[in-house]
Amino acid sequence: MSDGNILEIHHLSKTFGKNVVLRDIDFSVKPKDVTCIIGASGSGKSTLLRCVNLLETPTSGQILYHETDITDRKMNAAAYRAKVGMVFQNFNLFSNMTVLDNCMVGQVKVLKKDKAEARKNAMMYLEKVNMAPYINAKPRQLSGGQKQRVAIARALAMEPELLLFDEPTSALDPQMVGEVLSVMRALAKEGLTMIIVTHEMAFARDVSSHVVFMADGVIEEEGKPEQIFENPQNQRTKEFLSRFRQG
Amino acid sequence: MSLPQDFMGRIGYLLSMYGESFLVGAGKTMVIALVGTLIGCLIGFAVGIVQTIPVSKEDHIIKRILLWIVKLILNIYVEVFRGTPMMAQAMFIFFGASAVFHYNMSTWFAAFFIVSINTGAYMSETVRGGILSIDPGQTEGAMAIGMTHVQTMMNVILPQALRNIMPQIGNNLIINIKDTCVLSIIGVVELFYTTKGVAGAMYTYFEAFAITMVIYFILTFTCSRILRFWESKLDGPDNYDLATTDTLAHTSGMYRYPDPRKGEDA
Ligand SMILES: Nc1ncnc2c1ncn2[C@@H]1O[C@H](COP(=O)(O)OP(=O)(O)OP(=O)(O)O)[C@@H](O)[C@H]1O
Ligand SMILES: [Mg+2]
Repeated sequence: MSDGNILEIHHLSKTFGKNVVLRDIDFSVKPKDVTCIIGASGSGKSTLLRCVNLLETPTSGQILYHETDITDRKMNAAAYRAKVGMVFQNFNLFSNMTVLDNCMVGQVKVLKKDKAEARKNAMMYLEKVNMAPYINAKPRQLSGGQKQRVAIARALAMEPELLLFDEPTSALDPQMVGEVLSVMRALAKEGLTMIIVTHEMAFARDVSSHVVFMADGVIEEEGKPEQIFENPQNQRTKEFLSRFRQG
Repeated sequence: MSLPQDFMGRIGYLLSMYGESFLVGAGKTMVIALVGTLIGCLIGFAVGIVQTIPVSKEDHIIKRILLWIVKLILNIYVEVFRGTPMMAQAMFIFFGASAVFHYNMSTWFAAFFIVSINTGAYMSETVRGGILSIDPGQTEGAMAIGMTHVQTMMNVILPQALRNIMPQIGNNLIINIKDTCVLSIIGVVELFYTTKGVAGAMYTYFEAFAITMVIYFILTFTCSRILRFWESKLDGPDNYDLATTDTLAHTSGMYRYPDPRKGEDA
């Protein structure tokens, strides 16, 4: 066991019925790592991320968070999730709350902060994602890109140690993709530890410190972005990337 | 004063003689319907919430068995009370209580009890549907920031479910206003019972029930309008202020968005 890792995944497997979706996954995340997970549709990227956040229960294997196995039944999943945030493809904002309340509710209810402090904190992160003017809006009144930026602020307001993104730009029109990616670039630059599932190859190459390529539920290849994108060793990685280049 | 011969004259006569009885009957009908709907909704929420508690294989075996038994009992309750007429339930409970438990209910208590428990059975299904209709993504969003099931329900799911089932609650209230009339069978002196008395005393069935029809309609129509108004209040404004420190920009910062729900109602 190497020291200083936030997250270590050992021999993680997940099956749905007879369908083996993840097999023997191993990888680890150090502070300030930006890990991008790429791979074809159906290769298990979302499932892996959902296992890390315990939205799915792994079938076998270990997920160590600061050397504590979170797959242990006695683990308090809610307390763990408060430290590991997640941003979803479909935003999943609370539609009964304003933008500001979306960013405050977790701080008040989960972290038990008082309202004034939660509000100040929420405003800080909403400013960071350029959504401060919209605090009184309800999610249904926002565009997709705006919703996703609010969802990022909501996750940041919990001050997570690790933030997971599952295809945060896949549900967005092309002109909105840029605004979300630029927010994420800024976060990477500030040293936030992130795991990002994405189909935006140029973005993955730019921001990541580590790239994981998945196919059929296994990690086929991983390494530095230059290595994966410029000099892939694995046949399937080569095929996947060449398909991407062709468009 | 003797009974006039023409219809309007008889109506006027009945109103002057029995106006107060009609009002008291209408008042009792409203009280039973309102209290019954309110308690019924509380029962409905309680049952609906229990029925949507998620169980997973990781939960403790005792918790799973307990939940299974409780859910089974609640299902039986819902099916039985939805599947039998309220009039029969009224007789069964009122006379059953005295026959089996030697408990003589007051008709007033019986009225509240029967309407509440009947409404509760209907509302349980409505609430369950309302909870299930909320996009599960929001539950995941709440879980992802560390909220527990209870916190998620209280802050995210139930407020939206309540808003979505408001029309059903209104519907139930209106049905209850009308259906309290079946309670006359166990001697609850509400509007229908009163009307029967008035009609029988003077042999003016047509006129008495004409008055009662109008009263029922006024009650239900007023309630449905009030509920509509309340619903639109709950939705909040269609526009929002752009919050900004720049006062110049503020004036141009009103945004109006069409409310997708409005179109369906109209
Ligand atoms: N709840 C579930 N029950 C059964 N099978 C599932 C479930 N969730 C995912 N799967 C299956 O697991 C496989 C991997 O799905 P996953 O969503 O993780 O892929 P992905 O790599 O995220 O794909 P995409 O790029 O399209 O999002 C798929 O074959 C999918 O059908
Ligand atoms: Mg996916």
